[in-house]
Amino acid sequence: MVTELFAPALYETLFPVGISRYAVGGLLVGLGAVVIYLGTGIPAGASTFLESTLSYVSDQPRFQQYVSSRDWRVIFTLGIIAGAAVYALTFQSGLVSSGLYEPGTTGELYEVGGITLWLTEVQPWRLFLGGILVGIGTRIGKGCTSGHGVCGVGSASKTSIVGVITFLIVAIGTAQVVMALGVSP
Amino acid sequence: MSKRHPLFMPLIFVGGLIFGFGLGFSHMARPEVVLNFLQFEDFGLLFVMGGAAVVSGIAFALVPRLFDRAPLTGDTYGRRLKSFDRNVLIGGAIFGVGWGLSGICPGAAYASLGVGNVTILWALAGMFVGAYIQGYWRSHRTASETSATGAD
Repeated sequence: MVTELFAPALYETLFPVGISRYAVGGLLVGLGAVVIYLGTGIPAGASTFLESTLSYVSDQPRFQQYVSSRDWRVIFTLGIIAGAAVYALTFQSGLVSSGLYEPGTTGELYEVGGITLWLTEVQPWRLFLGGILVGIGTRIGKGCTSGHGVCGVGSASKTSIVGVITFLIVAIGTAQVVMALGVSP
Repeated sequence: MSKRHPLFMPLIFVGGLIFGFGLGFSHMARPEVVLNFLQFEDFGLLFVMGGAAVVSGIAFALVPRLFDRAPLTGDTYGRRLKSFDRNVLIGGAIFGVGWGLSGICPGAAYASLGVGNVTILWALAGMFVGAYIQGYWRSHRTASETSATGAD
């Protein structure tokens, strides 16, 4: 009853597009990691791919530790790209719909051969500069949102929990400052 | 390299497929949606991270008790535990600035390419540049310090 009194307005403020697409998507992200873990025992993360792939083209000693895993990390990344493409082909294109899926209004949609694709409106300099810092930070910090956030937190690893809290707080601070400076999108 | 189980690569691909579909479905492949979270306009991202961590948490807790070895590698099931040192804080903070500026992280960037967002190649190029910078720097620092300590 309490929820009916004040929660709708609060819920609407906190979750303007609801929570189902987020929760369902998150469960699938976790499931993908678990499938790999069940079959291979590997707690996979996405950011090691950056260094392991560099080992194909660079002799820097730092990257050589990833030579033995670089081939499957390429396959993992191709799988992620393909999985997102399946989403684009189905839900993003409107071919499949569900009460659990809210389309959203961000960015810009365009069509190629009947498939609805999506483009960000975030400025390239933000993506490139942010990307550089993401590339440096995830590798020094021993993980990213999937390694620390999904597998590490799932392992109840104190290191990962501290890592996630660190990057969440700093990211919120950064985004708030960037927004306050009037940078948009 | 030792010979791998024939199903090893297909399983990795299927795991990535589900993972990437989830990132697309949850709109995490869209930097705008991540920025909306960081700017306190939509807290849905908490359910993505929470949902994923709950699923992996159950698996990481149960699987090692139920099974001895992973069928495709013969490896024992461990948890993902990394040692804590100040790098976790320094790296986490640098990652945080980058994530807060761009709204994109590695896994979501790969998925973003899959939903048709070619503009994300800027972020991917940046990530490779960043990973190379830290690799170059750490390789050379380690080389000059090998006599002193065996640094990670």
